[in-house]
Amino acid sequence: MKKLKGQNIIYGILAAAVGLLWVYPFVIVIVNSLKTKRGIFSNPLWFTHDFTGENFTTAYKALDFTNSFVNSVLITVGSVVLITIVSAAAAYALTRVQVKMSSFVYYLCAATMLIPFQSIMIPLVSMFGTLNFLNRTALIIMNTGLSVSLSIILYYGAFEGVPKSMDEAATLDGASALRTFTDVVLPAVNPMTGTVIILNAMKLWNDYLLPSLVVNKNGMYTIPLKMYMFFGETNSEWQLALAGLVLSMIPIIVLFLLLQKQIMTSVTEGAIK
Amino acid sequence: MLKKHQYYGFVVPALLFILGIIILPFIVGIFDSFTNSNGISREFVGWQNYSLLFHDYNFLQSFWLTVKFSVVSVILINLVGLIFALIVTHKENWFNNTLKTIFFVPNLIGGVLLGFIWQFIFTNAFKALAGNLSQGWLSGWLSDETTGFWGMVILFTWQMSGYIMLIYISFLNAIPHNTIEASMLDGASEIQTFFNVKLPQLAPAFTISLFLTLANSFKMYEQNLALTNGGPYRSTEMVSMFIYNTAFVNFQQGYAQAAGIILFLVVAAVSFIQLYVSRKGERQ
Repeated sequence: MKKLKGQNIIYGILAAAVGLLWVYPFVIVIVNSLKTKRGIFSNPLWFTHDFTGENFTTAYKALDFTNSFVNSVLITVGSVVLITIVSAAAAYALTRVQVKMSSFVYYLCAATMLIPFQSIMIPLVSMFGTLNFLNRTALIIMNTGLSVSLSIILYYGAFEGVPKSMDEAATLDGASALRTFTDVVLPAVNPMTGTVIILNAMKLWNDYLLPSLVVNKNGMYTIPLKMYMFFGETNSEWQLALAGLVLSMIPIIVLFLLLQKQIMTSVTEGAIK
Repeated sequence: MLKKHQYYGFVVPALLFILGIIILPFIVGIFDSFTNSNGISREFVGWQNYSLLFHDYNFLQSFWLTVKFSVVSVILINLVGLIFALIVTHKENWFNNTLKTIFFVPNLIGGVLLGFIWQFIFTNAFKALAGNLSQGWLSGWLSDETTGFWGMVILFTWQMSGYIMLIYISFLNAIPHNTIEASMLDGASEIQTFFNVKLPQLAPAFTISLFLTLANSFKMYEQNLALTNGGPYRSTEMVSMFIYNTAFVNFQQGYAQAAGIILFLVVAAVSFIQLYVSRKGERQ
């Protein structure tokens, strides 16, 4: 018994050490974002005696943070809403009507998931460029097209689990097909809607590659785009770059702290299905 | 129930998005890969792009680097992810729950931010450590091919392990408690229980994690961009960056597109192998 207790303590210390190591990169970034340039130079590993909040005001201005944040929110929310509506509707119809077209669309979704984004980005962007249509709306449309396949497949599994007798009961009660979908079947798969929203929101909020090709212009910058530009301008003024990094990470960390359990469940579900 | 016109109303929007945003560019892309398109004008050149690619040092180097990176990352991430999963499922308490959160958090941060975070760590924190501990190998990270490569591996392992951990956790939790207890009662040590009882149950988790990591590392771009930007001298440039720079910096879009098609073929082949392996696993 005594030996077991000793083992547990050693195990606990080791696990805690690994945890500290894992969180240390964040600690380093935060600590140094609160220092002067000289403080970082003298010891980047821990606090030195020079606290300053000035880096944050400078970084906030340089990142045009309010605007970048609004752009990120607009693009993420707009895309996620469109993705969710379009994929829920399609997946519902695919599970309820067994015709050739349904299995065709389902297999099309599965097949398109094999195509890496890098294999279509050049023609995709040049198509939109030819139409002179490169802006936030275009980005929302592209995001939707790139995300509906996976979302349909996720929803498909969920709708299959809802018995058709539920639809029939609603129809007998006089509900229209649309009402049956929105008021009876869709609420039955609320957890999956949560998963679809969270998975897409996380991916799109952090996206850099496609936005850099579509909304890389004044007034449309998202947080990752602006952060990339700002980094180039800081010229090894690390205290500013780090303050910018901290600012850029705050929204997603806050959201995670609020929805921790749901986010981890969704991420697991999205990976396994 | 859905009537015919309603059915189309539900399905067609999704279909249009998929056709317009994925299928159409994909077909145009296959066509473009046989042209010398520069984004404005194009002429048919046959297989020229493909044959040039197979002799292009930069392309071959980026492809080989991507393969090496993927193999090393897949092994490390799955190993670390599995160890993390075993640590946090060891017992249900606040300590392990906090650890689980800490291990997962890097996965929330986008690739560009991660790249900059680690650039600071490698160039500044490592340098300070090198001085304090007089360990020369810790200085000058990211300034040559080897440390640049390992820098990306470390970054990616930090980002992905917590994600893969979640997959292992969900399979570990699905193992019935009495199976584990029975094995312990039979006198098996914890290590024996792990190898004989838990590990066989984790086979499907292993397949999923393996290919998720593989797919992600094959398509990696942002971390590469923000950490090393391919440098020094394009020695840490991965396939995605090769495609991006060829298309949008050098404007050789037909040539870049041919590389994109090759990437597609490789990723599709890997996915089919995955499908085959997991189907076979299910049947057994």
